[in-house]
Amino acid sequence: MPKLNLNRESMTKQDPKTRGKNFNEVALGYSAEQAKAEASRCIQCPKHSCMDGCPVEIDIPGFIKAVLDDNMPEAVRILKDKNSLPGICGRVCPQETQCEQACSLAKKGAPIAIGRLERYVADWERTNMGALNPRAEPPRPTGKQVAVVGSGPAGLVAAADLAKLGHSVTLFEALHVAGGVLMYGIPEFRLPKEIVQAEVAYVASLGVKIELNSVVGKVATLDELLENSCHALFLGTGAGAPMFMDIPGENLNGIYSANEFLTRVNLMKAYQFPEYDTPVFVGRRVAVIGGGNVAMDSARCALRLGADEVYIIYRRSEVEMPARREEVENAKEEGIQFKLLTNPKRYIGNESSWVVGMECYEMGLGDPDESGRRRPIAKEGSEFILDVDMVVAALGTRPNPLIAQTTSDLKTTKWGTVVADETIGKTMKDRVWAGGDIVTGAATVISAMGAARRAARDIDEYLRVIVE
Amino acid sequence: MVLFELRRWMKLFAMDADAVKKSTLFMLLVNWGGVHQMVRIISRETLGTKIHLFKLEAPAIARKALAGQFVVIRIDERGERIPLTLADWDGKEGSVTVVFMEVGATTFRLALLKAGDFIADFVGPLGVPSHIDKFGTVVCVAGGVGAAPITPIAKVLKEKGNKIISILGARSKDLLFWEDKLRSVSHRLIVTTDDGTYGRKGVVTGPLKELLESGEKVDRVIAIGPSIMMKFCALTTQPFGVKTIVSLNPIMVDGTGMCGCCRVSVGGVTKFSCVDGPDFDGHQVDWDLLLARQRIYLDEEKCSFEQWQARMGKRS
Repeated sequence: MPKLNLNRESMTKQDPKTRGKNFNEVALGYSAEQAKAEASRCIQCPKHSCMDGCPVEIDIPGFIKAVLDDNMPEAVRILKDKNSLPGICGRVCPQETQCEQACSLAKKGAPIAIGRLERYVADWERTNMGALNPRAEPPRPTGKQVAVVGSGPAGLVAAADLAKLGHSVTLFEALHVAGGVLMYGIPEFRLPKEIVQAEVAYVASLGVKIELNSVVGKVATLDELLENSCHALFLGTGAGAPMFMDIPGENLNGIYSANEFLTRVNLMKAYQFPEYDTPVFVGRRVAVIGGGNVAMDSARCALRLGADEVYIIYRRSEVEMPARREEVENAKEEGIQFKLLTNPKRYIGNESSWVVGMECYEMGLGDPDESGRRRPIAKEGSEFILDVDMVVAALGTRPNPLIAQTTSDLKTTKWGTVVADETIGKTMKDRVWAGGDIVTGAATVISAMGAARRAARDIDEYLRVIVE
Repeated sequence: MVLFELRRWMKLFAMDADAVKKSTLFMLLVNWGGVHQMVRIISRETLGTKIHLFKLEAPAIARKALAGQFVVIRIDERGERIPLTLADWDGKEGSVTVVFMEVGATTFRLALLKAGDFIADFVGPLGVPSHIDKFGTVVCVAGGVGAAPITPIAKVLKEKGNKIISILGARSKDLLFWEDKLRSVSHRLIVTTDDGTYGRKGVVTGPLKELLESGEKVDRVIAIGPSIMMKFCALTTQPFGVKTIVSLNPIMVDGTGMCGCCRVSVGGVTKFSCVDGPDFDGHQVDWDLLLARQRIYLDEEKCSFEQWQARMGKRS
């Protein structure tokens, strides 16, 4: 038996000082040599436990072997067989808690860098084959029509899977570009928009018709779509409505929701103002409230837009932070300051209603709550003032109520999420499935994709049975 | 066909990865190629000094539009998203009409377009439609460009059997428009100009207060116009206890409840104008907050406006 190689191939990144001033991608990806070196570490164990960790069931050992064999077109084929959006997943999936955690080498502390290899294969395809590489054989049209609402990760996957099965799919998007959170939320330096659009174009190349600027619930209700020759409908509208804390001063000028700040910067390209028309205000001392990936993204955007000091204000300690380890490290390297066990009590404004400071509590940790994390408790009398001139509230999001409001028989929970079967995504409404954040509340890109895949499979089974 | 073109272009670009990275054309093609339905301007008209009417081809929106709703527009790839309240629509013709005044970069750029030109994005109908019922006597107060959105509301209210008294005000005669249109959907119309160049001299709150004091039973007031005008209408009606509905116009980005930029405080509760409004009870609105939030980007708006004026000036 060959000796185990436990040296994980590292991936080159832009230097922290340089990248703090630009919006170019932070991680630079593997070279061909690095990819092959990393692929050679895979022991091709018979358990394939990594695949159990993958929500979309990619044949991971298979594509890694193809990389090692220098058969890149085959690696692409294996990857795209299960994942229509590999360039995105290779970048933003939390592999460390999924496939890589399940890798046989994880026990030795050096799991195969599956995410980096996935990214390498996707990038190779985009530069060498073009993302619109057509399928070997187009599927036989079934004559069945499916409407997919929302073009984020869940919608794109459901649309792609259903189109590959021969159904005629129309994808509705409220904004002026497809991609959902991949376009408006995740910043350019973590997920280049050109990569998202290339993968959207791939989905379109499968025959999916994309209707932009279409707010379902307003321009057409679910029932109207279902009446108009649509046999089944998948809801993948995500959790796009921002939450606030409802504390005094939260509506002062200079206080953004993370959604607004990131939308202005990423989707509307405010970082290129006045070349682009949308402005964004960036302060000198910025507080970002929250400890998730969205908080890290917001803090790092503010830094790149010229803020002098950027603080992450998080009410628990670092171990409870929901953000990916890697993103927390990236943020720290770039100079983001972490003020942990701290929570805002109120915001202070000046005479023209701009935020100039925030009063914070110091927090302690009590017993674990429903989430399993220790409950943060404000320490009475610990209040202190932090001078800030901009705040981003990255406190999580909930589903947009637009569709539920205009669909009487779609059952929702008190959090606004749609009630749907956990495994197949079937909702309480006839011919309607749902998956992703609209069902689970804010979660990850890949879990939304997994749910969409399972729902697409069930929709397909349903469509094959019905006779018109 | 479009897809084929797209594929050809992408292959062309794919040969040079750097070109793909740098190319905005790439983004344009992907965004607009085949999937991006641009919206055509059917006709345009100038209604007053720097006030323009555009009729656009938007059949899906025209079919669903209701009085009080708005659209979000974006001129092109570089443009910002701005909301415009619907002035008219025609489901049969498939057209939607908006009226705007040139006040900043986007409206300045919009005014340069001609009939037959296209804009990139036109989304709607957004917002909750105005509450229409048989109230009795309704006073519709329009300030400046507010004449456009209030006309369809007055129209449906009149059809519903209400007595409509309209007050139409502008700073000056050259900014007044749709007097006839509004008269045709009102039982009575009072016109004011701040400088007295037309109609009664003074602001709209003058005749509004007189009406309320005259003993005329007023069941509802609807005020649409600049925030400061709506604020003073609400202050005028408050002592009389007459329900006053205002259509708020805060800064928006997406217009679908996603960003929270348009948050306003109504009765002490934070609301999103785009999905909870734009109509609210004027007596409950925190006007100072609204007015402050409308000033967030004053400097940037000025910079952007001047830049476009300089750029377009050179061209012409």
